[in-house]
Amino acid sequence: MIGLTINGKRTRVKAHPMTRLLDVLREDCGLTGTKEGCGEGECGACTVLLDGVPVNSCLVPLAHADGAQVKTIEGLSGGHPLQRAFVEHGGAQCGICTPGMIMAAIALGKKPSMDAMRTGLAGNLCRCTGYSAIYRSVSAAAGTPGRR
Amino acid sequence: MRTPRAVGRNVLRKEGASKVTGAARYIDDLSFPGLLYGRTIRSTIPAGSISAINMRFDTAGFTIVDYRDVPGRNIVALIEDDQPCLAEREVRHVAEPILLLAHADRERLLAADVQIEYVAKPPQYDAAASPTTFKSIAIDKGDVDAGFAAADLIVEGEYRVGHQEQLYIEPNGVIAVPGADGSMTVHGSMQCPYYVHKAIKVLMGLPDAGVRIVQTETGGGFGGKEEYPSMIAGHAALLARKAQRPVKIIYDRVEDMLATTKRHPGVIRHRTGITRDGRLTAMDIDVLFDGGAYATLSAVVLSRGMIHAAGPYRCDHIRIRGRATMTNTPPNGAFRGFGAPQTQFATEVHMDRIADASGLDPVRIREINALRPGDTTATGQRLGRDCSALPVLREAVKRTNFRKRRKALAGSGTGIGLSLFFHGSGFTGAGEVKLAAKASLALTERGARIHVASTEIGQGTRTMLAQIVADAMGVPYDAIDVNAADTGEVPDSGPTVASRTCMIVGRILQRCAEDMRARLGTLTPRAYLRAHGPLVITKEYERPPDMAWDDQAYRGDAYGSYGWACDVVEVAVDPDTWQATPTAFTTVHEIGKAIHPMLAKGQIEGGTVQGLGYALIEEVAMRDGRMANCQLTNYTIPTTLDTPPMDVFMLERPYAHGPFGAKGVGEMPIDGPAPAVINALRHAGYDVREIPATPEKIMRAPSSKAESRP
Repeated sequence: MIGLTINGKRTRVKAHPMTRLLDVLREDCGLTGTKEGCGEGECGACTVLLDGVPVNSCLVPLAHADGAQVKTIEGLSGGHPLQRAFVEHGGAQCGICTPGMIMAAIALGKKPSMDAMRTGLAGNLCRCTGYSAIYRSVSAAAGTPGRR
Repeated sequence: MRTPRAVGRNVLRKEGASKVTGAARYIDDLSFPGLLYGRTIRSTIPAGSISAINMRFDTAGFTIVDYRDVPGRNIVALIEDDQPCLAEREVRHVAEPILLLAHADRERLLAADVQIEYVAKPPQYDAAASPTTFKSIAIDKGDVDAGFAAADLIVEGEYRVGHQEQLYIEPNGVIAVPGADGSMTVHGSMQCPYYVHKAIKVLMGLPDAGVRIVQTETGGGFGGKEEYPSMIAGHAALLARKAQRPVKIIYDRVEDMLATTKRHPGVIRHRTGITRDGRLTAMDIDVLFDGGAYATLSAVVLSRGMIHAAGPYRCDHIRIRGRATMTNTPPNGAFRGFGAPQTQFATEVHMDRIADASGLDPVRIREINALRPGDTTATGQRLGRDCSALPVLREAVKRTNFRKRRKALAGSGTGIGLSLFFHGSGFTGAGEVKLAAKASLALTERGARIHVASTEIGQGTRTMLAQIVADAMGVPYDAIDVNAADTGEVPDSGPTVASRTCMIVGRILQRCAEDMRARLGTLTPRAYLRAHGPLVITKEYERPPDMAWDDQAYRGDAYGSYGWACDVVEVAVDPDTWQATPTAFTTVHEIGKAIHPMLAKGQIEGGTVQGLGYALIEEVAMRDGRMANCQLTNYTIPTTLDTPPMDVFMLERPYAHGPFGAKGVGEMPIDGPAPAVINALRHAGYDVREIPATPEKIMRAPSSKAESRP
């Protein structure tokens, strides 16, 4: 049994210590908001926060999360400024990258610069938006004017 | 009280909240009681025949399916009936499906070892030398020999384009659920529920009512979920029928890239006659597409490619010859743009070479030759007042200060290039008439519910259609909801492809809504329902009265309307690594009317970035008939760091038969970036004629100065 806190809730998981955190979240905990796009840490669709740091949950073995705080998209209220902004500014199109993108954007901090956004989101692929609307969404959530 | 208009406003996306909270359910998020997992055993050779199949595992508890388990016809029904759902004896490409396995335990399923023995045949990889042609098309306008006789100068060139992977972030996946009565329901990630419906009927030998297809929230398509879902749905249905349990098949990224369709690679040759003052007198164009192992959609991809091959230019004498041939590689198929990005790449790169040859700049050569209202296209289609080639060109040139910038950048290591392009909306030729799409609107207590098979795949279908209906009915946007794309509940409004959902399906719904408004008169929806009972209005596509197409001669109105666009890009080349990086991008798109400006802009920005990937970094390494880089680690798509700042500007010149004047917008943005990038490289000194323009190609490219005027 491995104990971890998921979205503020203490959880004990009975699974092999090398089980991917992604599978634990999706299958053992029913938190399907975290998506799998490639299974090799390239696309970022499975991004969650592990002790506040964005990680690709497809690359994290459960043992690595022992005692850790995990936050997924379901751990946000639904009214988080980034969630609202992604709807209002077109940051979500097909939506499959969106949960991971929002979790990565949370880790950018309060008022990220354009450079910080481009660097901090470089591990999250979006095939729909071309990223511009994602920058606008993140900037709007931070209350800063976005690039065009 | 007056209802605020929805069209033209950035109303909230219908399913926006569910997508940002993780509540939206994609296919892999769903489960059913008794669910089994399915796996596809595929060929490992490009050509030959199967001589033995050996199961080297304990088969107890497995459901195993081969072609003999097909109750109907063993084909993936689409255009030609040449592709089996499961190979019987002959194998035509690597990763061709041969055998299906299902098991409740995924670990055991993945561990199952199946060895297949083959008698190999020499594979055919050269599309030009292939003895098998899927389709050939000829387009003729005027007398091309007379056109060349009138020319002062002739410019020739050959241009090559590679494969491109759609790379939706959600891989292909379905769940098939068998009914006790022999019926079959398939839930899945897809663009075209009725394509899958037809394919499953044929494969399973079931009547219309015995098959139900339900689209789940779909994580991107870009054409990659146009025809392929018919294959994977067939596999899941065969397993589910045999096991009498629900079966889920989700591809991992490697399988998805290895086995599913890609953009057709091609070779396009141009020979063009011009006068001393830069007018085109003759265009002779040859198009070759590599169709891969089966016909899939190659015939129609070739058709759209060829109709766009002369670009947005006026020329009295045009000859276009094209063919799509068979090779022993996985079948190529639909990808945003559908042939037009390939052919317009060639045209636009060629046009800059014509400019150099005639001593004109890239803007002037296009100003002289751009199509104007009243001109005719290669198929003889006379363009209406919404023809906007010149307006988009002039706006893009003005916004970027193109000529001044081009002078300023000369010799700097950064080049600037432009492309001018167009894209037809809707099915080609008589396609919409043959399809006869239907859409329904059902009156609800609050307003109305839209019933269409057109799918939301990220582009905003639900939102945009609801805006059109709301305004046509005179009710608020929030009073319109949208039924799931479930063939058990919605009519066949056609596939979600070809930039047709807004212009064609939107227009049918607009007519439904206008009719509904008239029937309501002064009654509210609630009052109408109380007084008269349920009201459902269904309408069918109506051909605009002035539209005509001759499929034999390939003449006439190829599309109801065209969008027009111009891209300008600056590209910096690293003198040490030869890597090219786009540093600034401007695009002007004329799309009739932006129903939802933010969604339309999203299509333009997203399609443009896919086009930049096509131009520079997305390379499919096909070795021995197999994609050697079928992982995201080594097939790379643009990230945030590969994407330049973008200036998007939209012009609106309404199309009389589009809803509120709208034309299509989904595909056009991917037509322009590649030639603009290559033209920028040409300006920077590199004569590249093939994409993707990887550092290796740029390094080997001859100097463009040899052709350019000083």
